[in-house]
Amino acid sequence: MRNTLCLTAAALVLAAMSASAADTPGVTATEIKIGNTMPYSGPASSYGIIGKTEAAFFKMVNEQGGVAGHKIDFISADDSYSPPKTVEQVKKLVEEEGVAFMFNTLGTPPNTAIEKYLNEHKVPQLFVATGADKWGDYKDFPWTIGFQPSYRTEAQIYAKYILKNKPNAKIAVLYQNDDFGKDYVIGLKDALGDKYAKMVVKEASYEATDPTIDTQIIALQGSGADTLITAAIPKFAAQTIRKVHDIGWKPLHFMTNVSISVGAVMTPAGPENGIGIISANYGKDPTDPTWKNDAGLNQWRDFMTKNMPGADLTDANYVYGYGAALTMLQVLKQCNGDFSRANVMKQAANLKDFSLPTLLPGIKVNTSPTNYHPITQMQLQKWDGKTWVLFGDVISGTGA
Amino acid sequence: MATLDTPRPAAAPLFAGLTFRTWGLLALVLLFVAAAVLPFSLTNFRLSQVTLVIIYSIALLGLNILTGFNGQISLGHGAFFAIGGYTTAILLTKVTGIPYWATVPIAGVISAGVGFLVGWPALRLEGLYLALATFALAVATPQILKYKAWDDWTGGVQGINLDKPGAPFGLPLNRDQWLFYFCFAWAVVAFVIGWNLLRGRTGRAMVAVRDHPIAAATMGVNTARYKTLTFGVSAMLTGVAGSLAALWTEFVSPDSFDVFLSIRFLIGIVIGGVGSIPGVVFGAFFIVIVPNWASDLSNWVQTLALPGFLSRILVLLSSPQVLFGMALIICVALLPGGFGGIIRWLLRVIERDAATPTRPPS
Repeated sequence: MRNTLCLTAAALVLAAMSASAADTPGVTATEIKIGNTMPYSGPASSYGIIGKTEAAFFKMVNEQGGVAGHKIDFISADDSYSPPKTVEQVKKLVEEEGVAFMFNTLGTPPNTAIEKYLNEHKVPQLFVATGADKWGDYKDFPWTIGFQPSYRTEAQIYAKYILKNKPNAKIAVLYQNDDFGKDYVIGLKDALGDKYAKMVVKEASYEATDPTIDTQIIALQGSGADTLITAAIPKFAAQTIRKVHDIGWKPLHFMTNVSISVGAVMTPAGPENGIGIISANYGKDPTDPTWKNDAGLNQWRDFMTKNMPGADLTDANYVYGYGAALTMLQVLKQCNGDFSRANVMKQAANLKDFSLPTLLPGIKVNTSPTNYHPITQMQLQKWDGKTWVLFGDVISGTGA
Repeated sequence: MATLDTPRPAAAPLFAGLTFRTWGLLALVLLFVAAAVLPFSLTNFRLSQVTLVIIYSIALLGLNILTGFNGQISLGHGAFFAIGGYTTAILLTKVTGIPYWATVPIAGVISAGVGFLVGWPALRLEGLYLALATFALAVATPQILKYKAWDDWTGGVQGINLDKPGAPFGLPLNRDQWLFYFCFAWAVVAFVIGWNLLRGRTGRAMVAVRDHPIAAATMGVNTARYKTLTFGVSAMLTGVAGSLAALWTEFVSPDSFDVFLSIRFLIGIVIGGVGSIPGVVFGAFFIVIVPNWASDLSNWVQTLALPGFLSRILVLLSSPQVLFGMALIICVALLPGGFGGIIRWLLRVIERDAATPTRPPS
């Protein structure tokens, strides 16, 4: 009985909220304000492209009539990737501009700095643009939801593959000594469980400031491992591939998705030295000839030529921004005209098998009130000396 | 270059029959009244901007004591700001039971210690070389903060989240309002320390070391002691500001203390006026508020529907960075003495106009 009462009350409150759309912050009869921060200046400014793509996307949506009679006012502020600046900009967006919610704010440190503030004020922090695993803590931060697969998810996928195809593997791990590298170790522990201590025969780390990783590679080979998992940024990934080849070590080699660029990693390492390396991906690479005539990526190319003429179509950040903006649009459509913060958050956590044209076939966006990791699937790919070739099925992480 | 205010005859009327001291007191009273009502007349966002200006003024005061009054150029004060911030963040998250207000003086003391240590090697470096050495400090700071040996304490790249303190004694203030008063109180302490230090014997010794170290040494000023001491005091004030900034942001991370922070500090004192105490408030205002104005202006320009070519040029010129840079160039070109120079000039004009025959010759 009491439950029913509560439910009725909740329903009444919800009804009242949707009835008085004018009371919802950031939403007028004709407009909805969305806030965003991006590093348009400073060392991380190459990511600013994502914000520009999103701005162009929402402009296109407005030209096509908007969402449920509302035009989107996308306000993207520059935070230079500096957390104090992000706090300042987000306070301004929330308190002065009065945005309805934040979308795709970029970077782990900037998002960490604003997470508490936004949750305290019950402002949705949607689809944050970072690869860290912490975005998905629906219990402590119910107003913050992640987006892309985390490094930890990726490591879980490699571990699953090893368990299935090489259950007696002796694994060596090379990782960068920071959050990025450590997320891989955590992911391996998730998926290997008790077997981690037995299967992982050697771990070695390096500092991003080290000149080379030669000693680490030799130590890892010396452990007798037959499988190598490398969580290194491009410069060290290239060194690793070359060194492993030079010392005649032939492990089953897994390479982090961060370092699979043909130009920055495979070519400097020597394309033939890397044959057989396995990595994972979730999005379509605009430079991959496989997608040359792909309908999904052509939709993106079409968007680009019409709305961002002159842009560099080999830059994957444009694909990323387009995919994120499409996801946002889907949430707004699902809101059914009720753009209250509570409903926007509810719909963001209610994406069911939503497919994005920029994701690999079979990979879907899924969220629920207890799953704040929208993309958790990836597909493995192998380097054949010229290009990455996808193989096997789409694999899910174990979920954090 | 700035000079210290010459001592004024206390009884001489400055303006409208009131003496310099009375005017000063009136201005102070006005300042305190304004500070008391400000939190209730601004939105939380505006108020937090003002709080940030106050925090940066303390940091700039620290840098200005070193660079403006003692002539040692530092491009590395972001490091002391970081030490202050991290001290507060680590104490609040690792030490149970320590009140947040107690972490501010501790941050000041630790920064002072480090500043003193940095001051020793700095003795052997002059001018440009010192600027380069301190610049290295600023560049190294984020890397040092990320270093794995202490990432259990510093949180590595992740940084540390902390809580903004609430008002004590059940005062009916929200946290932004309380933090404003808290920072204002610390600013008063910092400025009183700075003022007393600079206008007396110590201040004269500092300036003497800046203007003519050999002559100062001949006069019995221990130049090495004054230089290192100044470095310590300067680092202390900047560390206190860093501690307050950590409470303001509720977060510290290596990316918060990049090399641009130190450069912005230097811009702040140049705009405010090298060697001017009130000038630092204007300097802080400039580095906190003007970038925001620049980006607002830039957004506004981009909404204007101007014809093709003109609009492209304007959009290019109106990027926030370009606008900020232009504001900087204009300020430096028109106000070589910074805002502090204007204040000094105004005071002089008023004084001259008010000078009556009864005034004793100085």
